[in-house]
Amino acid sequence: MNQKQGISVRTVVAIGIGTAIFFVLMRYIPIPTGVPNTNINLAYGFLALMGAIFGPIAGGLIAFLGHMFTDLTWGEPWWTWIIADGIYGVLFGLTKKSLNIESGALSKRKLILFNVYQIIITILVWGVIAPTGDVLIYSEPASKVYLQGITSVICNALSVGILGTILLVAYANTRSKKGSLKEES
Amino acid sequence: MNNNVLIGYKKRDNFVDRLTGTTKLIGLIALSVIGMVSFDTRFLLVLTVGSLVLFRLSGIRFREVSFVLSFITAFSVLNLAAVYIFGPQYGVHLYGSAHVIWQGIGPYNLTWEQLFYEFNLFLKYIFTIPLALIFLMTTNPSEFSSSLNRIGISYRISYAVSLALRYIPDVQKDYRQISKAQQARGNEISKKGKLTHRVKAAAQILLPLIFTSLDRIETISQAMELRRFGKLKKRSWYAQRPMKKNDFVALLGVAVVVLVGIYLFRVNGGRFYDPFN
Repeated sequence: MNQKQGISVRTVVAIGIGTAIFFVLMRYIPIPTGVPNTNINLAYGFLALMGAIFGPIAGGLIAFLGHMFTDLTWGEPWWTWIIADGIYGVLFGLTKKSLNIESGALSKRKLILFNVYQIIITILVWGVIAPTGDVLIYSEPASKVYLQGITSVICNALSVGILGTILLVAYANTRSKKGSLKEES
Repeated sequence: MNNNVLIGYKKRDNFVDRLTGTTKLIGLIALSVIGMVSFDTRFLLVLTVGSLVLFRLSGIRFREVSFVLSFITAFSVLNLAAVYIFGPQYGVHLYGSAHVIWQGIGPYNLTWEQLFYEFNLFLKYIFTIPLALIFLMTTNPSEFSSSLNRIGISYRISYAVSLALRYIPDVQKDYRQISKAQQARGNEISKKGKLTHRVKAAAQILLPLIFTSLDRIETISQAMELRRFGKLKKRSWYAQRPMKKNDFVALLGVAVVVLVGIYLFRVNGGRFYDPFN
């Protein structure tokens, strides 16, 4: 009766609502950096939280769909960056097990490790995958796309490092800690 | 934020509007991918003109999209300028010849090759705009998710997409309310404020926005669970429409365009059309 078929209902809804928020954050409150088409995106801090709560499938799809809708409303689906975004979301989703945010305890050590991890994946995705895709597929000059790439690495790492960390801590504080209830004697 | 709500389906009775969402989705993906890969100027020109014609046929008014168009134009110009600043010789490198128009300082001269390459980029930037806008403005969101399901994506994910489209206006409304409340308390988030203030104020809007939304996820998923969502392998869609003759004609047209694009790779011996040699 209760056999699992694919992803759970909660994940489905998380993808839906998450995409809506990601879209609104990315589309309406970007903070421009001065480099064309590269913004400080608060959406990525949010993505870190969603990945940590709902796992890789939700993280990947929220980022992929949210970025795709944003680009569509600008009229230019920039596929290389959309796919890079999906990979970024999946990588955030992988933190679910190790952060174990539902249990309510986020130690300093976990937060530092999370930030080291996020800097590594940010460099991997926005410094390597996305610009290389642009060079290979859109054939744009390497120096230009790598400048865009490096700018996004800095912006996204900051967005995740500051906003993402704040959100993770705030969320963990709303969860009840494991073993916080004691049996009365 | 108020004047550019673009995901707004309105019924318009015409050829483009009557195509099913499946057709429009496949068409958009196929055409944007082939246009992304191809650097054949003739092909890109035909794509651009074709998508403008479709835009005309779709009956979308210019003033509905003028705001977005002005923004995109500005972005494209910035991008093209950045390409020139960082790779003034990139066209020469790609086409392997140099026809100098104007001898500038150091590498910063102007060649036909560079102009031609940037013209190609420009076409690539703009040809998808009419297509994407047509897709967004003439596709019913519920029908869109049924189309996703039809092209083979699991119905859970299709349903998630339709939830996203359903809740974007709600999230926008929440955001606006929270931001007005914060502004009433003296937090400046518009361009008038300092950057540090804006970042801080943005965070103060985000926390309540995100936490109400997390609650919302719980409520909606419980409601869906109660209605036994996801218990079976398949589901039917209220908004699904059957494919008609016009859909097959349109899909055939898309297939022909894509095949021509692929055929041109062979003719040109690569992705680039080179008029210089």
